[in-house]
Amino acid sequence: MKNEEEASERPDNTAFTQQQLPAWQPVLSAGIIIPGFLIIGLAFLGIGIALFLTSQTIQVLEMDYTGVEKDSPCFRCTSPSNQTCTCEVTFSLSTLFTGPVFFYYGLSNYFQNFRKYGVSKDDYQLTGDTQYFKSPRDVCFPYAHDSKNNPIVPCGAIASSMFNDTFELYQIINGTKKKVPLDGKGISWWTDYNIKYRNPLPVNGSFASAFDGTVKPINWPKAAYELDLTDPNNNGFLNQDFLVWMRRAALPQFRKLYRRITEGDYATGLPAGNYSLTVYYNYPVLSFDGRKKVVFSNVSWMGGKNDFLGIAYLVVGSLCVVMSVVMLIVYAKFKFSDDDDA
Amino acid sequence: MLRRRLNRLCGGDENRVDSRTIYVGHRPCPDTEAFIPSKFCDNRIVSSKYTVWNFLPKNLFEQFRRIANFYFLIIFLVQVIVDTPTSPVTSGLPLFFVITVTAIKQGYEDCLRHKADNEVNKYLVTVLEDDRSVKKESEKIKVGDVVEVVEDETFPCDLILLESSREDGTCFVTTASLDGESNHKTHYTVQDTEKDLQALTATIECEQPQPDLYKFVGRMHIYKAEQEPAVRSLGPENLLLKGATLKNTKKIYGVAVYTGMETKMALNYQGKSQKRSAVEKSINAFLLVYLCILISKAVVCTTLKYVWQSKEGQDEPWYNQKTQKEKDTNMYLKMFTDFLSFMVLFNFIIPVSMYVTVEMQKFLGSFFITWDKDFFDSEIEEGALVNTSDLNEELGQVEYVFTDKTGTLTQNNMEFIECCIDGFQYKHRDTQSEVDGFTMTDGVMNKLHQKAGQEKEELFLRALCLCHTVQVKEPGSKEALTDQVDGIDGILPQLEEERGFIASSPDEIALVKGAMKYGFTFLGLESKSMKIKNRENNIEEYKLLHVLNFDPVRRRMSVIVQTKSGETLLFCKGADSSIFPRVKPEEVDRIRMHVERNATEGYRTLCVAFKQLSAEEYAMADKGLSDARLALQDREEKLIAVYNQVETGMSLIGATAVEDRLQEEAAETMEALQGAGMKVWVLTGDKMETAKSTCYACRLFQRGTELLELTVRTLEDERLKRQEKLYELLQEYHRKAVQDAPPVKAGVTRSWSANQDYGFIIDGATLSLLMNPPLEADASQYKSLFLQICQNCTAVLCCRMAPLQKAQIVKMVKNSKGSPITLSIGDGANDVSMILEAHVGIGIKGKEGRQAVRNSDYAIPKLKHLKKLLLAHGHLYYVRIAHLVQYFFYKNLCFILPQFLYQFFCGCSQQPLYDAAYLTMYNICFTSMPILAYSLLEQHIDIEILLDNAALYREIANNAMLRWRPFLYWTVLGIFQGLLFFFGVRFLFSNPALQDNGQVFGNWSYGTIVFTVLVFTVTLKLALDTRHWTWINHFVIWGSLAFYVFFSFFWGGIIWPFLKQQRLYFVFANMLSSVSAWLVIIILILLSLLPEILLVVLRKPRGPHSRQKKPSQSNVGGNQSSQSSARPLLMRTFSDESNPVI
Repeated sequence: MKNEEEASERPDNTAFTQQQLPAWQPVLSAGIIIPGFLIIGLAFLGIGIALFLTSQTIQVLEMDYTGVEKDSPCFRCTSPSNQTCTCEVTFSLSTLFTGPVFFYYGLSNYFQNFRKYGVSKDDYQLTGDTQYFKSPRDVCFPYAHDSKNNPIVPCGAIASSMFNDTFELYQIINGTKKKVPLDGKGISWWTDYNIKYRNPLPVNGSFASAFDGTVKPINWPKAAYELDLTDPNNNGFLNQDFLVWMRRAALPQFRKLYRRITEGDYATGLPAGNYSLTVYYNYPVLSFDGRKKVVFSNVSWMGGKNDFLGIAYLVVGSLCVVMSVVMLIVYAKFKFSDDDDA
Repeated sequence: MLRRRLNRLCGGDENRVDSRTIYVGHRPCPDTEAFIPSKFCDNRIVSSKYTVWNFLPKNLFEQFRRIANFYFLIIFLVQVIVDTPTSPVTSGLPLFFVITVTAIKQGYEDCLRHKADNEVNKYLVTVLEDDRSVKKESEKIKVGDVVEVVEDETFPCDLILLESSREDGTCFVTTASLDGESNHKTHYTVQDTEKDLQALTATIECEQPQPDLYKFVGRMHIYKAEQEPAVRSLGPENLLLKGATLKNTKKIYGVAVYTGMETKMALNYQGKSQKRSAVEKSINAFLLVYLCILISKAVVCTTLKYVWQSKEGQDEPWYNQKTQKEKDTNMYLKMFTDFLSFMVLFNFIIPVSMYVTVEMQKFLGSFFITWDKDFFDSEIEEGALVNTSDLNEELGQVEYVFTDKTGTLTQNNMEFIECCIDGFQYKHRDTQSEVDGFTMTDGVMNKLHQKAGQEKEELFLRALCLCHTVQVKEPGSKEALTDQVDGIDGILPQLEEERGFIASSPDEIALVKGAMKYGFTFLGLESKSMKIKNRENNIEEYKLLHVLNFDPVRRRMSVIVQTKSGETLLFCKGADSSIFPRVKPEEVDRIRMHVERNATEGYRTLCVAFKQLSAEEYAMADKGLSDARLALQDREEKLIAVYNQVETGMSLIGATAVEDRLQEEAAETMEALQGAGMKVWVLTGDKMETAKSTCYACRLFQRGTELLELTVRTLEDERLKRQEKLYELLQEYHRKAVQDAPPVKAGVTRSWSANQDYGFIIDGATLSLLMNPPLEADASQYKSLFLQICQNCTAVLCCRMAPLQKAQIVKMVKNSKGSPITLSIGDGANDVSMILEAHVGIGIKGKEGRQAVRNSDYAIPKLKHLKKLLLAHGHLYYVRIAHLVQYFFYKNLCFILPQFLYQFFCGCSQQPLYDAAYLTMYNICFTSMPILAYSLLEQHIDIEILLDNAALYREIANNAMLRWRPFLYWTVLGIFQGLLFFFGVRFLFSNPALQDNGQVFGNWSYGTIVFTVLVFTVTLKLALDTRHWTWINHFVIWGSLAFYVFFSFFWGGIIWPFLKQQRLYFVFANMLSSVSAWLVIIILILLSLLPEILLVVLRKPRGPHSRQKKPSQSNVGGNQSSQSSARPLLMRTFSDESNPVI
C-alpha cells in the first residue's frame, strides 16, 4: 500500500512524460533535396506539356450577341420597346468542330456572387415542400410577393433573374437550314438534379395545381410548372436550365452550360460549313453594362480550354529543375570547401 | 474592517490614530475610561481572489478586460444585432468555449488557494478565556486574546510574550520562515507579568501595524489592586511574530496584538498581481497590428463598395433589387453597418482560437514540468510543482536571477570538515572509529601517519569545546538524558548524537560537534562552569570567567576560563587575518598553508589560539573588563581596547575548516545560468561575510573578481558623512565598472577573456540610504548609478536584506531600462515578497515551510533543478510558444486574405468565400491540433544539447523569436500565400468548365478549392518546421488533413435538415472529380511552400557546419565547464576578507 502511494507520487517514467518519445528528426540534406527537386521539376514539366498540348487542341468559338454595336445582328433587340425579339447570328466553321460540342452562354459584369442575391432563395421551396410556398423566407424579399401580395414560387432573386434567352442552331446547307439537335440533359450537376432539388408532389394528379395560390416570378414568361411541358422530368424545379442557373457563378464574368450537341449527324462534331444561331432575345443586360455571348467548345480530360494551368506547370517545373542544378553547383562547392576545412 | 483595508489601500492614514490600545484578555481596566472593545481585523489570512458569490461576475469582468476577449464579445454582439454575412454562432461558440475553459481553470486555482488558506485559518490553537483554555480555530483569534503556544508550533498571530515555561522568562524562537535566519533568537517576557496570568489586568498601547520586522514600540500598563499602574516599555524583543516557530521552550503565553492581515508577516506579503508574460505582451502588440489590418481592410472594402455603387446601374441591378426597408435606411447608417459587416467577415484574421490554444498549450505543457523525473527528489518524495502555467515561456527569457542564500544556495547545514593541529591535518572521515579519523594525514607535508603530540591535540580540542557561546538544548521528553551521560559507555555515543545545541551561529555548533567526534564533548554550562567530557570519559570542569564577544570588526572571540588546578587560560578563535598578527610569527607558517588551502576549497576557516594568563595578567584583564563594562560612555570602544590588549601574544594551536554545505550542484547551476547570459544576484538576510563566502563557493565571485563594496563598513569615514561617502563610492565604482569597462557585447555577461570581472556587494542599511536619501532629489541619480554599476557586474550580493527590500531590488531592476525579465528563487517566507515581485517566482521545497512554495509560480525540490527548468524547459517552451503565436497569425492571415480579395470580384457585397462551416472549423478543427502538438512536443534542439550548451539560451534572449523582424517575415509569407491561393484559383476559373463533362463550377467550388489549398499548405508548412517528429506529430498532422477530407465529404454528402441552405452539397466530391482542380491544388501547395523549402536549402551550406558544430560546441562547452569547475578549485585563493568569521 505504501509502495503504491510512493509510486503515485513519483512521476511516471515513460517516454512521453519525459519528453523522450522516439522521434524522427528529418534533415533536409542536399542528397534528398536536389534529386527531389529534379524529380518534381521533371514531373511538373511533363504534366505541364501534357496540359498545354491538351489545352491547345481544344476548339473554342465565342460570339458576343449583346448587340451593342449598331451593325451587330441583335442591335434591334436592345431597344426596350421590343418585347419579343428574335435575331440571327451567323458564323462559319472552316474545319470540323470535334464533338461532343458544348454550347455555353456567357454573361459578364453580372454579379451572381452578390451576397444578398446569393442568399435570396428558399431551399425548402426548392425541395418541393409546399408548406413554404405560401410563406417564403425573409431572405427572398423583395422577390417574395407580387404587387397583390401573392407568394411567388420559386421565390428570391436568383430564381427571379433566371436567364431566359433561348437559342436554336441551324446548319445552312445549300441555303436550307438544318436544325442541329441540342441536348438539354446532363447539363446540371447530377446531385442537383437527382437529390438536392425536388418538385412538389402533384395534387390530384396535376402537377400545376401543386402551385395553386402562388404566382410565377415577375420576370418569368411562364410559371415554373410550365418550364418544359414536353418533358415532365425537365419541368418545374428540375428543369435543367433552372438548375444550372441556380448554381451561382463564382466571378462576375462567367459562362454556363446551355446545351450539348451529341445527337444525330452532329455526334462527332460540327462539320465545316455555315451556321445560323437564332436567338430569342429576352434577357436585358445593358442596364448594368453587361454583355451576353455564346460559346461553343469541346472539352478534354482537363475540362474546357485553360492555358493557365499548363503554363503554370511548365514554369514551376522548369523553376524546380533550374534550382536543383543551381543547388547542385552550390552544394558541390560547399562540399569541397567543407572537405578543405576538415 | 473594510474601511480599514480601504484606508490602507489608498494609503490614507489621516483617519487613523497612531496607536492602538489592547486590553489583555479583554479585561476592562479599572482606571481608564469606559472599556470600549475596539474593532480590529480578525485573524484570517486571505490569499484567494474569489468567493463562491463573486466568482462569476468578477471572473467575467477580469476576462473581458482582456483586449482580445472584449473584441470577440463586440464582434459577437455586432453579429447578433446587425445583418452580417456570418451567423453569430461562428464567433459566439468559440468565445463561449474560451471563457468557460479559462473560468474553470482559474476557479480551480482559486480553489487550491482557499484550501491552503483554510489549512492555516482552521488550525486549532489554545486560547485562555475566562480562566480556562479553549481550543479555537486560528482565524477566530481576536486582538487581546491570550494565546498558548507549545514548542515547535508557529505563532498564529503577532503576540506579546507574557509568560514562558522557562524559568528566566525567556523563550527561543526561530524566524527562519520570516527572514531566513535559522538560528535561535531569545525573546523576553514583560517584567512583572509572568506570574499569575489570570489575574493580570493590563492594557497595551502600541503602534499601528507596520511591516518592519525588527521594529516595534509599545507600552504596557499593568494595573494592580490599590497600586499605581506600572508601566513597562515593550520592544521587538517582547514581540513574537506570526510565522516564527517556538523552540526549546515548552510553552508560552502571549497576548495577540496584531492579527490576520495586520500581522507583520502579512504586511510583508505583497498583493498578488496577475503576472503576464512578455510573450503575451508581444501577442497584444501583434494583435494591434492585425486589428489595424482588419480595420483598414474593412474601410477599404466599405469605401470601394460605395465608389462602385455610385456607378450607374451597379447599385441596384434589376436582378438584385433592394427591399423597401433597405431603401429607406439612412445612407450613413448603411455605411456603418456595411463597415461592421466587413469587420465581421474579416474578424477571423484575429485568431480567437489562439487564446484557447495558448491556454491549452500552457496548461498541458506545464505537466511536462511536473512529470519530469529529473525534478523528482527522492528525499522529500516530491517532484516539481507548477502553480501558474501562464509563465512557462518566461522561463526561457530570464535575464536576472535573484536568489536567496540560506536554504537556497546553501543547505544551511554546517559541517565540520577537518582541522589542523600544529601543522598536522586531521580529516574526519566518518564517525565510526576514532582511530580512523586520525589516520588521515597531511599529504602536502609529506609526513605520513604523523600526528601532533597528544598534548597539543587535547589542548586544541579543549579549546574547541570551550571557546564558544553554545547552549545545550534541554532534552524535552528525555528528562533523564543528562543523568545518563555519565553512564555506560555503550549507549553514550548514540545519546550524544541526539544532543541538540543552540547557538546564534551554526558554525559554532559545527565546531562543538566536531570536537565531539574527536572525543571531547561539551556537556553544558551550569552556573558559570563549563563541563567537558574528555576522551577518557572523565568530566572536566572549567570556570567561565569572561567571554570576549564576537564582533564583525574584530572578527574573533575569546573566552577566559579557569581550570580546576587554578590555571587561567584564554582561548581565542577567529579569522586568520585577525589571529595571525596576534600570535608568534614562527607558528603561523605551518598553519597558514592549511588555512589557505581550506579557504580555497570554499570552507569557512577559523584559527584557534590560546594563551596562559598569569595571575597578574588576569587580574589586570579582569579589572579592565569590569571597568569597561560599567562605563557609561564609549563602552564599546573601551571594551574593544581591553579585548585587544588581552588577546595578544597568544600561541597558535590549530585551525578548523567548516563547510556550509552548498546545495547539490549549486556552483554548476550558477555557472550554467551565467553561461546562459543571466545575471545572478544573491539577496540574503544573512551576514555579509557568510554570504560572501557562499558566493565564492558558488563561483559567483571568482579569484579575479574585483569586489566593489558598498556597506556600512565602507561608508565609515572620518572625513565624510555617510551620505557623502556613499555618493563618492558610487561615483568611483561607476567609473571603474561602467566607464572604464570596454563595451560589452550585448548578451555576453561573462567572458573568459582578460576582462576584469566585477562583483558588487551592498547591505540593507546602505540600500535603504540609497533608496531613500535625505535629499529626495538625489534618489533617482543614486538609483541610476547603482543600477548601472550592477548591470556591469557579473554578480551582485545584497546582504542584510529585509524581505521588502528584496522585493524593492527586484522591482527596481524589473523597471529599469529595457525592462528585463527577472526570476526570483527562494525557499522561505522571507523570499515571498521577492518571489511575488519578480516576473517568475520559483520556490524551493526546502525546510523552511511552504510559504515560498505556495506563493511561487513554480516550485522545485532543489536548486540544481533550476538549470534544467530554465535551460531546457524554458528554452523549449519559449520556442514552442513563439512559433505557435507566429504561426497562428500567419495562418489566419492567409486564411482571410483570399476572402478579402474576393470582395473585389463580388462588388464588395460581403460575400464570404468559404462556407460557414469552414470558417468556424478552420481554426478549431482543421489546423489547431498540429500546432498544439507541435507546441507541446517540439524539440528543435535535443534536451541534452540544451543542457550542455548554456550559451544556446542566449539565442532566444530578448524575445528573439517574437520581435518585429520575424513577425514581418511571417506576415509577408502569409500575404504571399494568400495572394497565391486566391489568384491561382482565379485564373483557373477564367473558364469555370473544369470537368470533362463540360459542367461548370460555381462560387462554392471556388471557395472550397482555395480552402483545400489553404488547409494543406498551412499544415504542411508546420510539417516543414517540425524538427522532432514523434508518432503524435505524425498522427495529428496527417490526421488533421485526413479529417479535413473526411469532414468535407461528410459535410457535403448529406442534406442537413437543420441548414437553410445546402450550398456545399456535393461540392467537395465534385471538385475531386475534376482533374484540373487536383492539378491546381497540387501546384499551388508546392508553389506556396517553395520559398520555405528554398530557405531551408539555402541555409543548408551553413547547415552541415552548424550541425557539425553543435556536438563540437557541446564538447567545448563541456570542456569549458569542466575546466572552469577544476580551475577555481586549484587556483582560487581568497582574499583575506573572504574568509568568514564564525
